[in-house]
Amino acid sequence: MLLGSATSVAPDTSERMRGFLSFAQRRRAWLAALFLILFPLVAPFKALAAMILIYGLYALGFNILFGYLGLLSFGHSALFGTGAYFCGIAITHFGLPWWAALALGVLGGVLAAAAIGALAIRTLGIYFAMVTLALSQCLYYLFYEATDWTGGENGLTGVNVKTINLFGFHLDFVNPIVHYYVIAAFVIVALFALSRILASPFGAVIEGVRESEARARASGIDVARVRFVTFVVSGAFCGLAGALLALHLSIVPIETMHYDTSGLAVMMCLLGGMGTFFGPFIGAAIFLLLENLVSLYTVHWQLIVGAAFIACVLFFPRGVWGTILQRSRT
Amino acid sequence: MSGDIILRTHNVSKRFGRLNALNGVSAEFRRNVITSIIGPNGAGKSTYFNLLCGALRPSSGRIEFEGRDVTGLPQHRFAHMGIVKSFQITTLFPQLSAHENVRLAAQTRVTVFDMWRPRASLKMLNEQADFILERVGLGHRRDRPAALLAHGEQRALEIAVALASEPKLLLLDEPTAGMSPQETREMMDLIVRLAAERTIILVEHKMKLVLGISDWLIVLHHGELLAEGAPDDIKRNELVKRVYLGQRDH
Repeated sequence: MLLGSATSVAPDTSERMRGFLSFAQRRRAWLAALFLILFPLVAPFKALAAMILIYGLYALGFNILFGYLGLLSFGHSALFGTGAYFCGIAITHFGLPWWAALALGVLGGVLAAAAIGALAIRTLGIYFAMVTLALSQCLYYLFYEATDWTGGENGLTGVNVKTINLFGFHLDFVNPIVHYYVIAAFVIVALFALSRILASPFGAVIEGVRESEARARASGIDVARVRFVTFVVSGAFCGLAGALLALHLSIVPIETMHYDTSGLAVMMCLLGGMGTFFGPFIGAAIFLLLENLVSLYTVHWQLIVGAAFIACVLFFPRGVWGTILQRSRT
Repeated sequence: MSGDIILRTHNVSKRFGRLNALNGVSAEFRRNVITSIIGPNGAGKSTYFNLLCGALRPSSGRIEFEGRDVTGLPQHRFAHMGIVKSFQITTLFPQLSAHENVRLAAQTRVTVFDMWRPRASLKMLNEQADFILERVGLGHRRDRPAALLAHGEQRALEIAVALASEPKLLLLDEPTAGMSPQETREMMDLIVRLAAERTIILVEHKMKLVLGISDWLIVLHHGELLAEGAPDDIKRNELVKRVYLGQRDH
């Protein structure tokens, strides 16, 4: 009897779950925007919330290449870092307004992606990962050595933006809430743009190339060019994330360019679910929350975060969001 | 010998390292007929096929499509000119639905790099994809991921994807490989129907299968052109008989 009632309830709830997930898929950008607007109300610290936004955007940019196109890059820190440095240099050396600095940050990501992409897309699989890693380390040392421009190992300091002037409004960028919402606004615009790209004909082509390169080629798709363009698009999102990081921290640490940061993007995507729209953000949130909360209690926070990561891989093999999506389908 | 020539190879060879897979093959393919390339295992059929569709570049020799030298062009350019192949081993977009497989192939003729328009706004492509799926008898499988289709259905979808590119020249590599007799009959019927509107080149290991539907046959053996002719001539050809002797299913 008990069993009978259980089986009659189960399909109902899973049906409801499926309905919600398909709704979430159709209205993905709106849902994400709504969440980001409400997020500071529940986040423990506003500064952490902003970091989750920025790293979420960075992981999102990485996910275009990794999750949707199926190429694992270990060099995305270079795109993120170049975006951050371009934005920082625009402000500290040229005194450009914040919006121009942000635009230059996006350009930085695009240029770095074009340079690395043009060379790396000739390779595949582990070779692609290695070539992107090597090239990003080249850029790392370039920025490291250009002390006059980048501050070298001390990082680029003095990226101060105190007020955001927009259509006659003066927003106090030092106020944590305003600060958060300014960053959130850009991330939300990026989310809508990404959602649109994924739904476009090009989005279909990207997934096709991931599914079968041979089939794509036989259907008349220039696979190499698709890879390159996707890399550059990914660079634009990562560049924006880097630029926002520079504004958020008021400094560009050299670690932004380090390969650790590349690994971070991989980890966040795997945690949240590669090739899913919400996955990278969920992954970034899990990672940064764990890091920040655990490090309050112990200096050995990496041990706990590492254990949590292993648990996630074991119990959510497709990432938290990816596994939820998969379970609901079966 | 009627009809004009759509594709021509001049003395094409293909070497893989020290292996001569194909040795100076010259042949002509007439428009709007079915030409079959046959031969025993290792005859160089698949190599020749892959040269014809641009997947491989010849080591030497020339390929002409509609009178234009197309030797060495990348494969996606072959596809844009209207030369489309289906694969011997089913090669689809496995996670994508049957509909999306066909729609995407149709889309590449219209746009590849458009990042801003919603996919759904290209209504014509959706309708075309549905029409083609109906045509190959997969209308009822529209929303199923390609990976979950039965083998025969996947082969049919493979043809549907090739058709979506609106080929002038459709190259089929052993389209009935691994099929049941029933599925094989259906596939052969489909090929004959498709041949009414376009040129088809068929690679087949089993000669018996294609004798009935081909207008012209090209027989390869050890990477060389052994014989060519109408089915009745090939059937009587002593050389061909000798090559196929001892083969179980000729």
